[in-house]
Amino acid sequence: MELVVALGLIAFKVALLIAVLLLLPLPLTWMERKIAGHMQQRMGPMRVGWHGLLQPMADGIKLLTKEDHIPAEADRFLFKLAPILALAPPFVVFVAIPFGETVSVLGAEITLYVSNMNVALLFVFAVIGLEVYGVIFGGWAANSKYALLGSLRTCAQMISYEIPMGFAVIGVVILAQSMSLVDIVRAQADLWNIVYQPIGFFVFFVAGLAEAQRIPFDLAEAEGDLGAGFHTEYSGIRFAFFMVSEYVIMVLVSVLVVILFFGGWNGVLIPLPPLLWFLLKVAFFVYLFMWFRFTFPRYRYDQLMTIGWKVLLPLSLANIIITGIVFS
Amino acid sequence: MTEVTELIRPEGEALDTKEVLLNLGPQHPSTHGVLRLVLELDGEYVERVDPHIGYLHRGTEKLAESFTYTQIFPLTDRLDYLCPPSNNLAFAIAVEKLLGIEAPVRAQYIRVMMAELARISGHLLITGALPMDLGAMTALLYAMREREMIMDLLEMVTGARMHTSYCRVGGVREDLPDGFVDKIREFCEIFPNRIRDYERLMEKNRVFLKRTRGIGVISAEDAIDLGLSGPNLRASGVDWDIRRDEPYEIYDRLDFNVITRGEGDCYARWQCRVDEMRESIRIIEQCVEELPDGPFQIDMPTIAFPVDKEKVHCSMEALIQHFDLSAYGFNVPKGEVYSAIEAPKGELGFYILSDGSPKPFRMKVRAPSFVNLQALFGVSNARYLADMIAVLGSLDPVMAEVDK
Repeated sequence: MELVVALGLIAFKVALLIAVLLLLPLPLTWMERKIAGHMQQRMGPMRVGWHGLLQPMADGIKLLTKEDHIPAEADRFLFKLAPILALAPPFVVFVAIPFGETVSVLGAEITLYVSNMNVALLFVFAVIGLEVYGVIFGGWAANSKYALLGSLRTCAQMISYEIPMGFAVIGVVILAQSMSLVDIVRAQADLWNIVYQPIGFFVFFVAGLAEAQRIPFDLAEAEGDLGAGFHTEYSGIRFAFFMVSEYVIMVLVSVLVVILFFGGWNGVLIPLPPLLWFLLKVAFFVYLFMWFRFTFPRYRYDQLMTIGWKVLLPLSLANIIITGIVFS
Repeated sequence: MTEVTELIRPEGEALDTKEVLLNLGPQHPSTHGVLRLVLELDGEYVERVDPHIGYLHRGTEKLAESFTYTQIFPLTDRLDYLCPPSNNLAFAIAVEKLLGIEAPVRAQYIRVMMAELARISGHLLITGALPMDLGAMTALLYAMREREMIMDLLEMVTGARMHTSYCRVGGVREDLPDGFVDKIREFCEIFPNRIRDYERLMEKNRVFLKRTRGIGVISAEDAIDLGLSGPNLRASGVDWDIRRDEPYEIYDRLDFNVITRGEGDCYARWQCRVDEMRESIRIIEQCVEELPDGPFQIDMPTIAFPVDKEKVHCSMEALIQHFDLSAYGFNVPKGEVYSAIEAPKGELGFYILSDGSPKPFRMKVRAPSFVNLQALFGVSNARYLADMIAVLGSLDPVMAEVDK
């Protein structure tokens, strides 16, 4: 009986997560367009619903009903597979993400995470790395030069950035003596990691920007030179898959930054429910992502590689050494 | 200073590689219209550029041969559509030289004011469009906000936002409307602060500097050899501005600086334009202060419509003359002329060959964008695909002017 309840609970959590994550781009796109509008002295969407609130719905319906075009020369199997490959990994990662400790519902204590793995951090990096296959396949299968160039850039970018990103969190692991994300947050109950790990945070955040392929690192879809990069040839709902994936990764990176460096659901000064604290911090970083997008141009391909290999990698290595010496 | 972006090839065994032929444009977000570039790419490295122009060719020069001189003004509007008043001015001055006349002083002041407004409007677009090409959207929308103010001013004077056709041979079409002077004073007050905004947004923007500083460097010799003009030339350190060196209209009475930069890179070209907008504001302010009273059109019924229509209604000769002028235009004495002004994009010249009839026998436009576009590849040090976009953006070609 207990097993059934436990399994049912997990199934419920997973279903809830998927639903929330799938719907997440709706408010996020609205937010992004509103933020952009107000930063740029205009209103943003205003027509569909109150202050354009229903605009994402309209966009969704439009994308669903668009012609599903596959270029004649494309590799049809890979072309169809790529959006799914891009979409699935960010969703899977959230299995390992804790949103808080527990809440009591009807007298029962329910944990705010699907699974508390002891290798959660490793799992996160392993799965998120798979997302790049979607982008590469998408660019390759479309048989378009713009798409190919876009996915080539992505390959180079991912390798240059996931290594420093991985190294950057080692400092956090040393501090918490654990790879479990729940333990890492618990270890920050008194003082957030950002105090001990400013370099780690910097490297992680910059690499995270690259991971999410947002400006200033959105080279894979640089509209200025590559049209739309790897998803140039995609239309309709397949294109939407890539967009959803991009937004979920953006949230994921924000979530990871909060968990690893900003104390997760631990609040300061104002006593708010832990979950609310957590979401507020995540929202702040999501906002930061959007802010960047409307402030910075994008780096050039070789400049981006230079930053990855010559700046972030040495920094993250130095961070490991310093952390190791100080806390050993 | 210069960050050389030469491709470093690994030593040793060469891989079997092949260049990719990439067709950039004519429909592309960053080609500023319908420029088509066929690029030979080695990875991200551009080996060769083959530009194809002419997608916007409307045969302006040939069309002009069957139009009367007054009818040609709307054609000149459509050359550099970002700043029609200065195109109008260039053409009007050329015809006036052939006729041996000069517009009244008030008309000259108005024309200069309009041309400088057009300069700001043209430069504003590129101030925002270069960052936009590189991925930073916001600057463009800020620039558009101010451009809207200029559009309103132009609409107030000419009735049109874009294709103003405001100049006429021997003056301007009509006098400034009431309240215009207050409006333009207000603009002159607001605008310098807004320029400061763009600078603050971009000047310390590390990514923008990385993408433009030391990129696409054109040396002064190359710039002269290619015949570059305007801000593109001055950004390479050549101190040349037709407004000061061969003054036309009333520019010799005005006090303004010619902006030069030594670096010759994309950033210098961008900065040059931003600073030129400040100088334009100064020129406009002086024009507003000194604006004299008087006629806005030359008093020659054979060339310009009389301001006072009373005579046309009462006198047979005046009526005939008026009819003649509107039906057949005016005769321009035999001869040829080349006359150039400092348009926002550079030296805009009109060569007109007249056979004594009311229509030019031949008209040739020396379009600055066409000449400037040559600097896209070969002379600068930009070799990456993404740099090509930056250089193209900073050269600021308007394809309507290139293709004519």
